[in-house]
Amino acid sequence: MDLRFGAGKPTDAERAAVDALLGPPESAWEGADDRNDTDLRWARGGREARERRELLLPGLHALNDRVGWISEGGLDYLCRRLTVPPAEGYGVATFYAMFAVKPRPATVVHVCTDLACAARGSARVCAELERDLGPAGSAGSGAVWQPSPCLGLCERAPAALAIRAGETPQAAVVAPATAEAVADAASAPHDAPAEPPAATAVPQTGADGPCSPPATRAGTDDDAAVPDPGPDAGQRPENSAHTEPHADPCARPESSARRDTSVPLAGGNGLVLLRRIGVVDPGSLDDYRTHGGYAALRRAFTLGPAGVIREVTEAGLVGRGGAAFPTGRKWAATAQQPDHPHYLVCNADESEPGTFKDRVLMEGDPYALIEAMTIAGYATGAHRGYLYLRGEYPRALRRLRTAIDRARARGFLGEDVMGQGFAFDIEIRRGAGAYICGEETAIFNSIEGRRGEPRSKPPFPVEKGLFGKPTAVNNVETLVNVLPILIEGAQAYARTGTGTSTGTKLFCVSGTVARPGVYELPFGASLGELLELAGPPETLRAVLLGGAAGGFVRPDELDVPLTFEGTRAAGTTLGSGVVLVLDDSVDLPRVLLRIAEFFRDESCGQCVPCRVGTVRQEEALHRIKDLTGAAAAGDIALLREVGRAMRDASICGLGQTAWNAVESAIDRLGAFE
Amino acid sequence: MTAIPLRPPRRLVDLTLDGEPVRAPEDSTLLDACRAAGKDVPTLCQGDTLTPKNACRVCVVEVEGARTLAPACSRRVEQGMEVRTDTERARHSRKVVLELLASSTDLSTTPRAAEWIEEYGAEPDRFGADAARVDEEPKVDNDLYVRDYDKCILCYKCVDACGEQWQNTFAIAVAGRGFDARISTEHDAPLTDSACVYCGNCIEVCPTGALSFKTEFDMRTAGTWDESAQTETTTVCAYCGVGCNLTLHVQDNEIVKVTSPHDNPVTHGNLCIKGRFGYQHVQNHAQNRD
Ligand code: SF4
Ligand code: SF4
Ligand code: SF4
Ligand code: FES
Repeated sequence: MDLRFGAGKPTDAERAAVDALLGPPESAWEGADDRNDTDLRWARGGREARERRELLLPGLHALNDRVGWISEGGLDYLCRRLTVPPAEGYGVATFYAMFAVKPRPATVVHVCTDLACAARGSARVCAELERDLGPAGSAGSGAVWQPSPCLGLCERAPAALAIRAGETPQAAVVAPATAEAVADAASAPHDAPAEPPAATAVPQTGADGPCSPPATRAGTDDDAAVPDPGPDAGQRPENSAHTEPHADPCARPESSARRDTSVPLAGGNGLVLLRRIGVVDPGSLDDYRTHGGYAALRRAFTLGPAGVIREVTEAGLVGRGGAAFPTGRKWAATAQQPDHPHYLVCNADESEPGTFKDRVLMEGDPYALIEAMTIAGYATGAHRGYLYLRGEYPRALRRLRTAIDRARARGFLGEDVMGQGFAFDIEIRRGAGAYICGEETAIFNSIEGRRGEPRSKPPFPVEKGLFGKPTAVNNVETLVNVLPILIEGAQAYARTGTGTSTGTKLFCVSGTVARPGVYELPFGASLGELLELAGPPETLRAVLLGGAAGGFVRPDELDVPLTFEGTRAAGTTLGSGVVLVLDDSVDLPRVLLRIAEFFRDESCGQCVPCRVGTVRQEEALHRIKDLTGAAAAGDIALLREVGRAMRDASICGLGQTAWNAVESAIDRLGAFE
Repeated sequence: MTAIPLRPPRRLVDLTLDGEPVRAPEDSTLLDACRAAGKDVPTLCQGDTLTPKNACRVCVVEVEGARTLAPACSRRVEQGMEVRTDTERARHSRKVVLELLASSTDLSTTPRAAEWIEEYGAEPDRFGADAARVDEEPKVDNDLYVRDYDKCILCYKCVDACGEQWQNTFAIAVAGRGFDARISTEHDAPLTDSACVYCGNCIEVCPTGALSFKTEFDMRTAGTWDESAQTETTTVCAYCGVGCNLTLHVQDNEIVKVTSPHDNPVTHGNLCIKGRFGYQHVQNHAQNRD
């Protein structure tokens, strides 16, 4: 490899940002300014530098966080440090929506215009922003705003996220957003009001949004303000303002009543995966342990890796990310690969429009994910876990970072986990705005510092995954299920749910409901029961199940059982648990157009059916957005033909499912009739 | 790495192609098996000297039991596989893929594209006059070759040839995403500011004519390019001791482009700038010398 770099030089700030990540350059070969005699005689770097390619994405983040965009000089310097060809570095930088390779203001505001936010007034926010700040994408008063795909804040829709680059980069979530609040956050992200605690996203805890006073909670809720009390500090976080289930004076009696009668829950408030949200202090390892934390890992060590896999298999746990593959089988297949090292990847790139459950888990109970990843690593023989977190989750990032640091400091991660001789550590990797990176092979390319394009399978990840090594990829919710499995035992766990869908499931309810949020129900509850909990609209038009890649359900189909097999039999899918509720004020053709836009924007561009097909799908939906009947028939026929080819011939699930929701709206809801 | 002719014997696996039992060496692709059986499966992004990226999806076939269609160029044969190459389902996807490509890019110089469009009944025009196109102007930024990305189908072959599969120069990569993805140098700089060494190995593998010799590009623009009037002569490059094979394409007694036989076991169709472009001296006429 004979790299050639342009003439661009990094600014001091860019150089410092890259050096803070990679350390100072060791020689002129790596971009140091002064070239000494040794450098002239001996080329250093080479293979060692190339092996650091995986630091390309963190490096791009470092530049973008520092100056707000990625300049030629900055990119060149980063590429030189990592021996990455600049053309490839540019290809990677331009793959991600959160990066820019043209100058832009330090503050970028992402305003969600996706389904749930559109159902709750994002169009108005955008119109007002356009009036006050100028059109999207135009830089005014030190900030630029742009429409964004789902930000994963659907329970507080409409949502916006302001990100300011600088020496201390800042991010402020504004949800529910008004143009005024967005403009305030853009001009002073550090002064934005604190986000409400994660528990407000879980109506079942009784901590409903409007009742909890976020301002007084911010102190205990913001991890940055919580010093770890250390092993022998006697202080209990319950002393502070943490909400106990049912103890909240604001808990709505009618919702508790509904909960008790309509859905069979196993005692208490029935929460398993969410049981610690709002109960535990997300910043405190001790509090986590007080609430049952690390009991599952302890049990794992007594069972041994094979025993853990046996329990998980017998519990019938299947992946919650959408594909519903048996987790135990995946782990067993990874564990038995002779090739080493093995890797664990936690897919926290939650980007399906309408999905926010993983965010709530990570913000409200971060140690649970750390513990579950440690167990997964132990079972699969991996000593390194990558936690790939979507780039739009600043609070989850802060909390997980804190949790990992504290777990490591206390021996729950590191060379000798819990003194059991097992080495395991976790590295967080931030995504940068690419839905496709949630695909299980695209995530590998993204971590490796390549464009986040899916790979073709076979070979499957359990054989050749991250860095070409056997890898288990699991979604956040899937992993967190392992804790109750190990604590209660496989049999007890499998008693909840149905024969083929065991345990509980998280549902992300958004749209026009009274109490949007994450709900945990045993598999087998019906869609109608879930909607009752959330407070359905009076005039229900449709429910989008499973997200943009899912399908619509009619108001007369609410008895569909929420199980993998039940939704499949009803011709739809559980997907990642999206339940987007639309009342009859909805403009269905516009919803479909937004879905089509989403896929067009998020297609990686690798294969023709998806790269061009998603464009043609959007064009056709655009043509017929105000048409019905015979006037729309020609384009609907065209949509069917293109959709069928996308489904049959695309490389990955994105293209294969890009036509699902549109098809189901046409066939089941009679859109355009 | 050079192909070494001596290999351990490969096992044969049994499968059926369109109901006919066939045997194919393990490791071979469905495409190999189809071609050995005399079946014509269309391909665009597959090339004989590169590992296919299976991106165009025009070669899809139906594999019994699979949820989706499989790209014949990349899927390996397996014992007991039942493969159908010409079902309505496979033909439908091929037709739509051809329509999608032809409606967004210029396939006028893609060999066999017109024939397949006809064979599959593709109607690229049916997406309407407003259908988005790639819409790129030819990039003429050096004297040796032209990049006309309006004709590019994003097959990744040039990137693979320039990068880790052959040349290891990495002057170009895919930039952008989705429909906006393009083959590009860093920051879209002109080729002369990039790492390009003008080996022309990307031109050699480009299946669409998006990359072409400047001579060819100019002659096509002038309307004087006439393949039927060209002869091809394969000879040996005399510039260095490697001794690569050159195929000289000659029209009106002028060398108009140089390719290299892909079946050469040493060079697989790759050349360096001298063999590829250093032919002017053979035809330095008096008027050029002034
Ligand atoms: S289906 Fe779409 S996202 Fe998936 S590989 Fe093809 S172009 Fe990329
Ligand atoms: S320029 Fe040619 S070789 Fe390169 S991607 Fe486009 S069509 Fe393929
Ligand atoms: S093409 Fe280049 S490498 Fe090959 S023989 Fe000619 S000068 Fe040598
Ligand atoms: S030739 Fe097989 S996918 Fe392109």
